Amino acid sequence: MTAIDTGRVMAVVRKELRDYRRKRSIVAGMLILPAVFLIEPLLAVFLGAPDPVGDPSYRGPLLLLLLIPVITPSTLAAYSVAGEREQGTLEPLLTTPIRRQEFILGKAAAIMIPSLGLSYLVFAAYLVVVRLFANPVIAAGIFNEGPMLLALFILTPLLVGWAIVVGMAVSVRAGEIRVAQQLGMIASLPPLGVVVLMVIGVIAPTFTTALGFAALLLAIDLLALRAIAGLFDRERLVTGTKASPS
Amino acid sequence: MITGKDHMTSAEPALAVDHLTKRFGERIAFSDVSFEVAQGEVFGFLGPNGAGKTTTVRTLGTLIAPTSGSATVAGIPLTAANGVEIRQRISVMPEAPGLYLRLTVTENLEFFAGLYGLRKPAARIEEALAAVNLSDRAGDLCGALSKGLRQRVGLARALLSDPMLMFLDEPTSGLDPVAAREVHDLINVLRSKGVTIFLTTHRLDEAEKLCDRVAILNTTLRTVGRPSDLRAQLFTSALVIRTIAPLSDPGELFKHVASVQTWRSDDSGAYVLAVANPAVAAPELTRALVGAGADVLSISEAQHSLEDVYLELVRSDVEAGRR
Repeated sequence: MTAIDTGRVMAVVRKELRDYRRKRSIVAGMLILPAVFLIEPLLAVFLGAPDPVGDPSYRGPLLLLLLIPVITPSTLAAYSVAGEREQGTLEPLLTTPIRRQEFILGKAAAIMIPSLGLSYLVFAAYLVVVRLFANPVIAAGIFNEGPMLLALFILTPLLVGWAIVVGMAVSVRAGEIRVAQQLGMIASLPPLGVVVLMVIGVIAPTFTTALGFAALLLAIDLLALRAIAGLFDRERLVTGTKASPS
Repeated sequence: MITGKDHMTSAEPALAVDHLTKRFGERIAFSDVSFEVAQGEVFGFLGPNGAGKTTTVRTLGTLIAPTSGSATVAGIPLTAANGVEIRQRISVMPEAPGLYLRLTVTENLEFFAGLYGLRKPAARIEEALAAVNLSDRAGDLCGALSKGLRQRVGLARALLSDPMLMFLDEPTSGLDPVAAREVHDLINVLRSKGVTIFLTTHRLDEAEKLCDRVAILNTTLRTVGRPSDLRAQLFTSALVIRTIAPLSDPGELFKHVASVQTWRSDDSGAYVLAVANPAVAAPELTRALVGAGADVLSISEAQHSLEDVYLELVRSDVEAGRR
């Protein structure tokens, strides 16, 4: 197995983060969407019934928070390779000594950092607002939702990881950014279905279940990351044609 | 940093290509191409659109795999396993510089310095920018630069890793004459430093001015050599004679000059005479013309440009295609 050069991975990470910061649509998208997804759960807390016994009204809207670790990275991931190709920067980059694994890791890390940070920040903001300003009965109910909060905490990086690998896989194969973004968004949603089933009680929302699902998602994320490296064919990326056998 | 120079003897070619072929399915990009480029040479790679020039550069730059044949790039055999090592020793500047427009010039170069694993990137970046006269624009966003300046940033990027072999794909494409001249000057500076340059270009004047040797590709390699040798290969030596008034009987006059093989008069009224050796023929003809009472304006050797060579070869390909 070839060694990964962390210097090259970090070079990609630094460049990506600089590029994100300067692209207003990316910054705006990363800030606006989470803010929107925060409004409904908070409204459910402040406008909902104070008795959270049975099927509390805040539980459904709380699911919206899980869209943040899925949607935020999927847009960036879809842009990761297709964007480079569309702006003509991919070919010069591929002529450097960077290995495909380094390129993919650098891109994935650069997407993971802001996506994860933002997701946890929004969750934390939600909990702080609930603790400080919500009806104490509802606040206590939310803080007693152990499995759900655990799912939010543990599954967030894995959902981010899933959205990144799926989005990047689509980005490697897609001909243009718009197609990559649409397909990447759709492809990143399936794990949310399992989370939903856990939260609404179809699958028992226990610590073991959450942990099992997390382990499964982690395994899928790692396998998918390796699969992307296989999809990453320089010749196809540059010419649009798969390498012919010699 | 390890460069190819550290691993090669001066006798080894910087680039050796042996029967290289690339097909995309049924379509042949280039076929059976063989040539060598010596260390320190500026090698021109010419050909019409679709001839396979860029695909050749991409193949030798390890971006795409050849279908058959072999090559040694910067002293390393061209194989998929050697891709990283080869790319460490070369640099490729594609026709479009492909810069990150939201990053500054320095940030673009910092990124590539990181990819090449340069130890003191700041000093190298400064040197590269100075080489292309861009030190004063280091902090500008690349999106704010003109096309010519972006091309220069692309060149600075190609210089960063101190490559042994540089592939420059149409480096003056779309540049104004002043900017193109600056690129030419830079190529000459690189030549003086011993950098091997593989230059693809459409501009035959550029190739003639800059290149030690040229190859003309039209899917297959049509010819390789020094521009002067190619001219000699393709065109017989000729003398051009201009007179104030047309000769009364040029056929009779030239028939008696032994060194003249054939003759014709061109559109301007000049006489073009095919000769084996101009140095022998010119004095003989001068005597004959004076003896015949002709008012001679000039006797000069016919000059064929690289463009003539190129057009002759490409035209013969077109004619062969029609047959």
